[in-house]
Amino acid sequence: MSVLIIAESENNALKRNAAEVASYGVALAAKLNTSCAAINFHAANAAELGQYGISKVTHSTNVQKSFDANAYANAIAAYAPKNNVTHIIVSSSADAKFLAPLLAAKLNAGYAPNVVALPEELSPLTVKRTAFTNKAFVHTQLLATCNIIGVGNNAFGVIENAVDCTVEEVDAENVTSNLEQVSIEKVAGKATIADADVVVSGGRGLKGPENWHLIEDLAEVLNAATACSKPVSDMGWRSHDEHVGQTGKPVSTNLYIAIGISGAIQHLAGVNSSKVKVVINNDPEAPFFKAADYGVVGDAFEVVPELTKKLKAFKALG
Amino acid sequence: MNILVCISHVPDTTSKINFTENNTVFDSGGVQFVINPNDEFGLTRAIWLKEKQGAQVHVVHVGTSKSDPTLRKCLAIGADKAYRIDTPAVDGSSVAKELAAFVKTNSYDLIIAGRESIDYNGGMVPGMLAALLDIPFVPNCVGLEVDGTTAVAEREIDGGREKLKGSLPMVIGGQKGLVEETDLRIPNMRGIMQARQKPFEVVPAQQVEAISEDMKFEKPAPKAEVKLVPADDLDQLIELLHKEANVL
Ligand SMILES: Cc1cc2nc3c(=O)[nH]c(=O)nc-3n(C[C@H](O)[C@H](O)[C@H](O)COP(=O)(O)OP(=O)(O)OC[C@H]3O[C@@H](n4cnc5c(N)ncnc54)[C@H](O)[C@@H]3O)c2cc1C
Ligand SMILES: Nc1ncnc2c1ncn2[C@@H]1O[C@H](COP(=O)(O)O)[C@@H](O)[C@H]1O
Repeated sequence: MSVLIIAESENNALKRNAAEVASYGVALAAKLNTSCAAINFHAANAAELGQYGISKVTHSTNVQKSFDANAYANAIAAYAPKNNVTHIIVSSSADAKFLAPLLAAKLNAGYAPNVVALPEELSPLTVKRTAFTNKAFVHTQLLATCNIIGVGNNAFGVIENAVDCTVEEVDAENVTSNLEQVSIEKVAGKATIADADVVVSGGRGLKGPENWHLIEDLAEVLNAATACSKPVSDMGWRSHDEHVGQTGKPVSTNLYIAIGISGAIQHLAGVNSSKVKVVINNDPEAPFFKAADYGVVGDAFEVVPELTKKLKAFKALG
Repeated sequence: MNILVCISHVPDTTSKINFTENNTVFDSGGVQFVINPNDEFGLTRAIWLKEKQGAQVHVVHVGTSKSDPTLRKCLAIGADKAYRIDTPAVDGSSVAKELAAFVKTNSYDLIIAGRESIDYNGGMVPGMLAALLDIPFVPNCVGLEVDGTTAVAEREIDGGREKLKGSLPMVIGGQKGLVEETDLRIPNMRGIMQARQKPFEVVPAQQVEAISEDMKFEKPAPKAEVKLVPADDLDQLIELLHKEANVL
């Protein structure tokens, strides 16, 4: 029995979510009285996982440079049985959600995504995860010999627990790819909805794309990602990849600020698992006020610039 | 070209989610079921491929006869044939195994599934299916072009897009972007009439064993009342976010 975490990396550095996945894996291993190791491809700083209690990282660089789900899944599926891995921990990133089902099928492993806490029972392994797009939780038993747990973004948090960490270089086995990358486009230097701690989101209440500086300025002060409601992307005010909600991207961040968004059930479903929600809306009857933790009833065109100004001053004070 | 679209049958997005039998069973009373929105984008893309490049479009669903109206709707929208693999869908792994067995006996060039079902949000079936068949898979698919024996599929990544090329057969997990909402087709009278004549086959299941089981449901704890901050006192909001919520 042992726990394995898949530590993701990008541009040869660990991704932020690796810290949370490591913290979860180490905590689970402690409950199981066993060890937790990590596997990583490409991060030059893989040893930093030691900060979160990981003492051994298996590190391979003989895979195609960019993320390659099939190659990674093949490599991990070859590694896991040899190392007696019974629990595999992954994140909820787009890449993890690409990799995990492939890996699950190759290992005939059980897989539960969007898990919000450590298992409530170890045998049979039972986890709590979100379902019905955050309208409910479900307690799922994973019954295979090896099972994969996908930890919801920000659901567990990061636990610092520094140990010595050795990085073992190996050539990953069985690395075969079945897709060729034609191109990749990525907005550089901008926080993404999946990675950001804070998301600032605008709705139809902003009247038009020309007013989006309100959202962008506020996002900049908070180092936040920007998002929008579905009609806003449908009308082409913002690009589709900012659309959040039940049919768009899920948001599970520490702070979600909704501006000029009414709070329709389909919108809320996708953002509800965010820790703290703030709504700014001029209609006190807007349904978002029922879902939010903090609210300001007011005109976005007045409130938002003022809030941005005050936050700038607040941040300047450190 | 033969295209298979995998259809999942889910509660409509406005549904109130409730449970019965001591929170062990989803309460479908009064709930309207629809084609999973992600699959509807895929089905429309398949019909476009049929119209532009020529193709047979089949739909398949693992489930009970309760889902038949959903499959009939797919036929009314333009699919040529529907299959229902006759067993309740228990977990992603068993559904993927049923689908894999089905695909092995009926050859397809392209298999279009959805990014995830909006009920259990597993996002498991398409990737598992591709891995079981040992063919390429592209999830979160927002663009797809097929040319002869290869396909170029675009996937949404955190903060961007990645274009991937692979040989057919391939599985994609589609979503909005594959086509737009305004492109979706509403079945018209003619479509509904034609659907009655189209083949609809119920296929016996393999009866594979599930390796996970949903035991019990739970609704989120009721939310505390929102704290309202006056629009002319935003310092208070910053104070609350900083000191109370600890998020600044
Ligand atoms: C199948 C289906 C799936 C869907 N999926 C999604 C989804 O994934 N994501 C999503 O977001 N929606 C989704 N929707 C749409 C959803 O039902 C709502 O229509 C949508 O969320 C509304 O967007 P909105 O809040 O921006 O606009 P509106 O509902 O028009 O709300 C605008 C809000 O702005 C406020 N406002 C106006 N002026 C100001 C001002 N000056 N200052 C402050 N506030 C102001 C108004 O009071 C109002 O509350 C879906 C719908 C369907 C049918
Ligand atoms: N019971 C099912 N029958 C056929 N296809 C399914 C079924 N369940 C899920 N799928 C397909 O797999 C996709 C992802 O579903 P899921 O893994 O349940 O999130 C759906 O969008 C469908 O295309």
